[in-house]
Amino acid sequence: MRRRKRRKQCRMLGDCRPGQQAKIRCHHAEGAIRQRLLDLGFVPGTRIDMIRNAPLGDPIQCKVSGYNVTLRRSEAELIELENE
Amino acid sequence: MPNKEKLLVGLAGQQNAGKSTTFNMLTGANQHIANYPGVTVDKKSGTFKYQGVKVETVDLPGTYSLTSFSLEERVTRDFLITEKPDVIVNVVDASSLKRSLYFTFQVLEIGFPVAVALNMMDVATRNGIQIDIGRLQHRLGVDVIPTVGRRGKGKKELRDAILATANRKEGKALRIAYEDLEPAIEKLEGKLQTTKLADTYPVRWLSVKLVEGDSEAERIVIEELGAASTELEMSRKIRREFEEEHFMPVADYMVGCRDRLASSIVGSCVTETKAGKANISEKIDALVLNRFAAPIFLVATVFIIYQLSIVKGYDLTQYWWPFLAKFRAIVAGILPDAGMLEDPYIRSMSLWMVDSANALLNYIPIFLILFALIAILEDSGYMARIAFILDRMFFAFGLHGQSTLPFILGGVFAGGCAVPGVMATKGIPDERSRLATILTVPYMNCLAKIPFYTLLVNVFFVEYKSWVMLFLSTITIFVALLVARLLTATVLKTKETAPFVMELPNYHPPTFFGVGQRAIERTWQYIKKVGSIVIAVSVCVFTLLQFPGIGDDRKQYYETEINKAVVQFQKKIEKSSYAEHFQDEAAILEMVNLYTEYKTAKLNIKGAKASKALDLRYLKKYPDEFIFLKPKKDKDAKIINKAVRGLSSKRKSLRRNIKEEQIETSFLGSVGRSLEPLTQWAGFDWKINVAILSSFAARESSVATIGVLYQQGADENKSLEERMGAEISGGGFTPLHALAVMVFFALYPPCLATTIMIKVQTGSYKWMAFSVLFPTALGFIVASIIFSGGNALNLNGIQMMAVFYVFVVILTIVTGLSKSWGRKRPLINIRAGTV
Repeated sequence: MRRRKRRKQCRMLGDCRPGQQAKIRCHHAEGAIRQRLLDLGFVPGTRIDMIRNAPLGDPIQCKVSGYNVTLRRSEAELIELENE
Repeated sequence: MPNKEKLLVGLAGQQNAGKSTTFNMLTGANQHIANYPGVTVDKKSGTFKYQGVKVETVDLPGTYSLTSFSLEERVTRDFLITEKPDVIVNVVDASSLKRSLYFTFQVLEIGFPVAVALNMMDVATRNGIQIDIGRLQHRLGVDVIPTVGRRGKGKKELRDAILATANRKEGKALRIAYEDLEPAIEKLEGKLQTTKLADTYPVRWLSVKLVEGDSEAERIVIEELGAASTELEMSRKIRREFEEEHFMPVADYMVGCRDRLASSIVGSCVTETKAGKANISEKIDALVLNRFAAPIFLVATVFIIYQLSIVKGYDLTQYWWPFLAKFRAIVAGILPDAGMLEDPYIRSMSLWMVDSANALLNYIPIFLILFALIAILEDSGYMARIAFILDRMFFAFGLHGQSTLPFILGGVFAGGCAVPGVMATKGIPDERSRLATILTVPYMNCLAKIPFYTLLVNVFFVEYKSWVMLFLSTITIFVALLVARLLTATVLKTKETAPFVMELPNYHPPTFFGVGQRAIERTWQYIKKVGSIVIAVSVCVFTLLQFPGIGDDRKQYYETEINKAVVQFQKKIEKSSYAEHFQDEAAILEMVNLYTEYKTAKLNIKGAKASKALDLRYLKKYPDEFIFLKPKKDKDAKIINKAVRGLSSKRKSLRRNIKEEQIETSFLGSVGRSLEPLTQWAGFDWKINVAILSSFAARESSVATIGVLYQQGADENKSLEERMGAEISGGGFTPLHALAVMVFFALYPPCLATTIMIKVQTGSYKWMAFSVLFPTALGFIVASIIFSGGNALNLNGIQMMAVFYVFVVILTIVTGLSKSWGRKRPLINIRAGTV
């Protein structure tokens, strides 16, 4: 991992830039959103790769335990990341 | 040996796990689709016979889990719990085993006999994932069959496993242990065992769900045991005490337990050899989803779809149409013969029905190609990428990334059909966006609106043809987006929304069978649902246009006219040696009918060869009369031929006059007339009103109705464009009128078939009525603004078009960019604890 990417830590997944990696700490969402995120592997403790933004800046694409998931920024802003 | 002769098997699995291909592999072509009671979710079932056992297989909706947050999840769960299938086949995506296991755990927890179909083994192998099947089988305690559904690999083994699982007496399936919570769950389990719930529900599952705080499980307990039951209280107490002790929500803890178990299973059974390397899908995505390249690929894809389905498909209809024309000719042959002036009702009504049906059936080639291409997009995985690329834009107007497909089907680029478009909204998980999509898809330009546009454009905007077509095909998109925004901010505001969290599945090459089957299936649905309704409605419209009919004095007048023509005919042929053949009227009528039939047949064929073949056929069928159809050098026959031609053209024009009068005095005609005081603000006269009213049955009929209404000069073989132009320039119908009519037609309510589909997809008559009334009002207001506004400002049609277009585009951009609505940062919940 290059140093430049390491420098800026982000607290929420929604703040991450493409190429960054982080670990999920917890969800701030409830109900359907939370369940959906868990179903798709956004389980606390899992490593997550921020892959890219959509051409219009939203939604974002992440890689989590081996597959690609897209979610809107509004949902990504509910996923808290661990400080390493 | 199998003990049971009939088995019920439920096929469950996550989306994109290849459930449909596995289902096809198991059941072959022997399947049928119905709806689950009361909801709009498809229930696909099929049967196969294996070793003397009849196995009914139900393909359950693809869901990521078995909670109760979405309709599909509830449907799947209810099916499992109430139907109690003998075996559940859990289709698992081998290339992402860990996530699939979350679902497998939930199925195991419900406590039914499970067999796992470990699908997409080829993809897993390609991605360097090796799975130890024996060990996985041991860990899960159920049969695990590696399959490649697309190639039919593992079919026999899976069928064997289904029978073996059904006949196994004792299950030794994996039990998901919840570590610290386990004693409490077991206590609750014991307690529930003594209640009446134990007869209907799996107790272990119920207690796990109660502790987790699942609303559906709580509902079951409240319903059966009452809100004050000790069991419910106990589950809440367990939760409370655990959360006080561990400082974390019970649900999170349980998720963690499952996750640890899944990791441990994956760790012991899976070896990854190519870990860290980008797989093929990622390489494709790096190109296709690139910020700058993505729009290019998207536009290219849509362009190819448009070219292949609409343009090429339209070419194909030229080869397809003769079959439909032949069908009509056969029907016409069976029905009682046409009269001199008036046809028997049975004849005119039946032919009207056939014409209405043919107008729709004509599009079959287009639909087959379109649906096949859509299936390819879906199966390949690109459809999910389209949603990814466009979600931001759609979301700004209250729609959803997955609204793309319905809009494409509906005809974003001048040509589509709202019926499959509305059908395709099924996949949108967000209820509010789904309804907004359903209600705006009909604004797209369906194939049937095109002939009407073409007609008016050719009459009024000849010099600006391409500009007007561009205007018509893009204005509808802007209006649809604006309407979607308006509806989601008002009447749809309270509807349930869903998160946009979606897997971008790996790219798969689509299978020929899967694509072909889906294309045929959807086309058939279209024919079935639409065909029957359109025919029924066409009868109503026919009646409304036919009755009460013209008065007796007018009838008398036409009778005299035709008699005059007949007398003239007889006079003309006096000198011919064949004159004695045509003494009585019946013989004359027969000849005229034969002549008309022959001429129509001639029009429907192309090329000298076909023409010769047709002549030969007629010569064989009518050896005596053929000479009058094609007299060649026989002078006497030529006289007859000429006279017949004259009589038949006179008859044609009289019949047209009758028809016009009939329509004018018909029920629909009087409604059109009575609306004139109102519609004059939009510049519509009663003829346009009638065309609009009759087009509700099917858009195609508007051109036909106009054709009858503007028919002066038809005898001189002038085209409808010329006729309309001539009559209209006299009547003060200007391009501004035409513009108002076209815009109204663009915004006009969906045809009847679409409204029926809206009823099916929304499950409500209220929305169906709304889908008719709202666009009518909107279309009328906009048309009035254009017409009256244009008149007041003294602008002509093309100027008004430009003004209107600029206004709508600016309004759309402003609405799309305003961030005040829907983009609010969600409130952070305190529940999730502190940093």
